[in-house]
Amino acid sequence: METLKTDFVLDAKGLACPMPIVKTKKAMNDLEAGQVVEVQATDKGSKADIKAWAESTGHQYLGTIEEGEVLKHYLRKSSNDEAKTETKHPVVATNEELEKKLQGNESIVVLDVREEAEYAFNHIPNAICIPLGQLEDRFTELDQEAEIFVVCRTGSRSDFAAQKLAQNGFKKVTNVIPGMSGWTGSTTTINN
Amino acid sequence: MAVNKMTSKEVTQKVFNKEKLFVFDVRNESDFQDWKIEGDNFQYMNIPYFELLDGVEEILDKIPTKMEVLVVCAKEGSSIMVAEMLSYAGLDVAYLEGGMKAWSEHLEPVKVGDLKDGGELYQFVRIGKGCLSYMVLSNGEAALIDSTRMTDVYLDFAAEKNVKITHVFDTHLHADHISGGRTIAEKTGATYWLPPKDATEVTFEYQALEGGNDVKIGDTSINIHSLYSPGHTIGSTSFVVDEKFLLSGDILFIDSIGRPDLAGLAEDWVGDLRETLYNRYRELSDELVVLPAHFMIIDELNEDGSVSEKLGILFAKNHGLNIEDESEFRKMVTENLPPQPNAYQEIRETNMGKINPDQEQQREMEIGPNRCAVR
Repeated sequence: METLKTDFVLDAKGLACPMPIVKTKKAMNDLEAGQVVEVQATDKGSKADIKAWAESTGHQYLGTIEEGEVLKHYLRKSSNDEAKTETKHPVVATNEELEKKLQGNESIVVLDVREEAEYAFNHIPNAICIPLGQLEDRFTELDQEAEIFVVCRTGSRSDFAAQKLAQNGFKKVTNVIPGMSGWTGSTTTINN
Repeated sequence: MAVNKMTSKEVTQKVFNKEKLFVFDVRNESDFQDWKIEGDNFQYMNIPYFELLDGVEEILDKIPTKMEVLVVCAKEGSSIMVAEMLSYAGLDVAYLEGGMKAWSEHLEPVKVGDLKDGGELYQFVRIGKGCLSYMVLSNGEAALIDSTRMTDVYLDFAAEKNVKITHVFDTHLHADHISGGRTIAEKTGATYWLPPKDATEVTFEYQALEGGNDVKIGDTSINIHSLYSPGHTIGSTSFVVDEKFLLSGDILFIDSIGRPDLAGLAEDWVGDLRETLYNRYRELSDELVVLPAHFMIIDELNEDGSVSEKLGILFAKNHGLNIEDESEFRKMVTENLPPQPNAYQEIRETNMGKINPDQEQQREMEIGPNRCAVR
């Protein structure tokens, strides 16, 4: 099993309820908005509880991978800036427009700039995963002439990414709005 | 204020006595919706413990001060945390020892009757899950019917009563709980009886239980007469004990009847179910006291906490026994069935000996209500 890159790994193995969540809450406080934590727990009940806790606090529950006795929960700290709808990159497409292009087998690149763990649990088939934070170091992996559709969860990170790409010589860059939060087309997940 | 501990046994007495209790359940909402502690005069509040990590100040006014308060969670850890916070804020509250896990496993023995030769019949009420098992005691010997996996409870009870368990029966291959029958038979050297039609896939030795088998308990004439009564499963068998008690397994309950879909397709067995309930059972005496393997709702409990009713009264009152029209009956037991019990396939495989989950896995498999009935 490949390990997903996260900003912090919390070991809550062997701890009984309520400790896995008490510790997760504490760890979340020290993280920056948008960062991802992996919580390792052995308490079976932690899965439903962490999901419900995340929903009630506004953090993003990405998913859980079960490895033998250990449950690995992935959470992303909530970030206020993602709520804003205003984007700056001029070329945008809706989810539906992207879905049509994919169905039409057009030769396009889907670039997913969310964190690895977000991508792992739910992404568009064949999308390339380069988290926003790594984009500048990895421009060479992309073709400057390609038609690139950038997606994230809400259209905010992908807006930054699209701007950066455009500034660095990428010619046909489109920001997809809203992105995965409203995606109804087909997806791939690590849990299949 | 003190944080008190309440045991499942104490809560059971409150259910039996219809006492008041404020149940503050701190599990997540879906677990609470699925299954909770039921009592006629219990009041409920559900706020998950993880909503209370920053304090309980905001909910203090929602907790009654003139009523006993019991904080409940899955295993007890979170309820202790919340109870301590409430206590620190000046409230007098208790937590449930062992949480819902212990509640699901608690067995309360209730005597349901005397037998002709001085023997006794006990019903073990698994109050949290609605399972009923039985011990027939007579002259130093005992038989056990539909035992749960909490085998120590029966073994301790038999030791206390100074009887040796000589026969263990399962009325059918259970789909809602893991049977302790095989373990008890191994530990005591008792004979383990199973209906052969339910046991075609089992991986262990058993004694074939068929209609017409008579088994004597003790050296006197306590008679356990078996009666083939298919419908919930193809092998389902009832027992008439001492010509007075009808142990109906999962075929007939107090307020409902068995569902025919847990071991196959409802359509296949609906005919058997009707034949059993509308013909075979009609030939029995109305005076027989029906002792089922489950109850579904707390209203089915008698004053003393036991679950039983005369067959004649069930013929008059149980809706499932009063559907004249066969197609209407067929419709009732094949459509709108309740959700199937948690992990029922795995439970069946465990009872066949095909898989051997550990204690903790067995607990997880059995979580939630039994859901063996249709009404």
